[in-house]
Amino acid sequence: MWPAVVLTLELASVTTAVLILVGTPLAWWLARSKSWAADVITTIVALPIVLPPTTLGFYLLVALGPYGPFASLLSLFGLRSLAFSFTGLVIGSVIYSLPFMVQPIRNAFRAIGDAPLEVAATLRASPLDAFFSIAVPLAQGGIFTGAILSFAHTIGEFGVVLMIGGDIPGKTEVLSIVLFNDVETMQWNNAYTLSACMLLFAFIVVVATTLIERRSSRRFS
Amino acid sequence: MNGVEARFKGKIGAFPLDIAFTMPPRGVTGLFGPSGCGKTTILRCIAGLTALDRSFLRVGEEVWQDAKHFLPAHKRPVGYVFQEPRLFPHLSVLDNLRYGLRRARTKTPAIALEPTIDLMGLHALLRRSPTALSGGECQRVAIGRALLAQPRLLLMDEPLSALDRDAKNEILPYLEGLSERLSIPVIYVSHDFTEIERLADHLILISRHGQVQAAGALRTLLADISLPLARMPEPAMVLTVVIEHYDAAYDLATYNVGGARFLVPGQPGAVGTSQRLRVRASDVSLIKGAPQNSSVLNILPARILAVHGTSANQMLVLLGLEGADSEARLLSSITRKSWDTLSLQIGDHVFAQIKGMALAESR
Repeated sequence: MWPAVVLTLELASVTTAVLILVGTPLAWWLARSKSWAADVITTIVALPIVLPPTTLGFYLLVALGPYGPFASLLSLFGLRSLAFSFTGLVIGSVIYSLPFMVQPIRNAFRAIGDAPLEVAATLRASPLDAFFSIAVPLAQGGIFTGAILSFAHTIGEFGVVLMIGGDIPGKTEVLSIVLFNDVETMQWNNAYTLSACMLLFAFIVVVATTLIERRSSRRFS
Repeated sequence: MNGVEARFKGKIGAFPLDIAFTMPPRGVTGLFGPSGCGKTTILRCIAGLTALDRSFLRVGEEVWQDAKHFLPAHKRPVGYVFQEPRLFPHLSVLDNLRYGLRRARTKTPAIALEPTIDLMGLHALLRRSPTALSGGECQRVAIGRALLAQPRLLLMDEPLSALDRDAKNEILPYLEGLSERLSIPVIYVSHDFTEIERLADHLILISRHGQVQAAGALRTLLADISLPLARMPEPAMVLTVVIEHYDAAYDLATYNVGGARFLVPGQPGAVGTSQRLRVRASDVSLIKGAPQNSSVLNILPARILAVHGTSANQMLVLLGLEGADSEARLLSSITRKSWDTLSLQIGDHVFAQIKGMALAESR
């Protein structure tokens, strides 16, 4: 079981790190842009919430496979396919958890409003400078919440991982798949222990996000 | 080519703005008009926060905006004090003050940190968080922060309007000191004319329809009794006086205004310094022939220069003090009945009476 624990934590950490880097600028743009393109992107980002994970996983499997649209791009890196690889898992997890990262950050950016950024501009801060010195620190509660939710969501994902990663022990076999296999093979004790750990983890996550939100709303009110 | 030259034309929503004005390179220019006449929009246009296409803005030698160019807000060296202090809540008071100073990128700032902290009285607050400050304290930090950005033009958008009376009285002295120390133009927006009277040297009067109604030196406009300023609830004249003498026995100061002298109770400051004295038109009464044995301290020979009926029962009279230069003007509001009973005419010689106590109150 330990290789699966390590692999799961690794996947969740890398996914969360990628999501912070990708999701924060994306959330910023979605919060500030008034163009129709932003509305379209908002909808696309929200899709994984309602889409069956297996559907998303299937599309990714096709897209990242040897005959997918990115095959020629992959060959530049000497790769034939990202299906059934850790990189493929990260890409799938990033897309699957994107709404959980983007929505809290976008809401936090919206809550800041125009005023602090206008002040920053009159104090000679360029838009990029104001983003890092004002917007990101003021939205840090949203960024923390998004990171925790994405991390937890990645740890619990099953459908996407199964489709794109398969079930290769030590390589793509994560905890949720271990649990599924335990039940399939009727190893009830293992299944009970693992489920209890997952439940405890989920509880801690929810408490942590609540505390962070309360703290950040008290701090800047 | 000094000072500021501005023209802003365009629509903000459904509201048309069409305004052109110039400003001298020094001193405080008051921007006064009814709520919703576009005063804030004008400041936002100057700061580059709002862009109207058909606009022109020159500050000193530099054109910030014309038909082809638009200098973005963060490249315009303005200091902007907003109606609400808008301090950054995640930074300490000191870091708020330093925010613009760092980005002004100058090794030898004309407005340095320590003197500004002294000027605005911020020593005790530096380590605190803005969330732990009172409204007045916040606004003092905001003013200091705007000054430290090394502005070449200071914009103040009703900085006192969100404050209660005590906080206002706490900040006004800082603002009065400010205009004397700064060598940059200041635009001060207000809908409270008493603030304009205390702070402004020049005045731009904006109409309800977003157009310039009158512009010029404050005193010149106050003396123009045909302007709507004269119909305000409390017309007054603002005089720059020199403290000539202080009589400790009676606690009485002598002020000199271009040759004319006023006696005012109380000790206003050091002899030889100058000050602003506001004389309400309602405190000035007129009398034909010098009165005898009056308790009124100030009885000054004057000539009626102009008169304007401000309502069915009231006349506003502009007076020039005899034996003094053209600086020494007064406004007097009297009833139309008194005007007719005394059969006063423009050019008549009269005596203006002002109770010393009235001047002490309005100081």
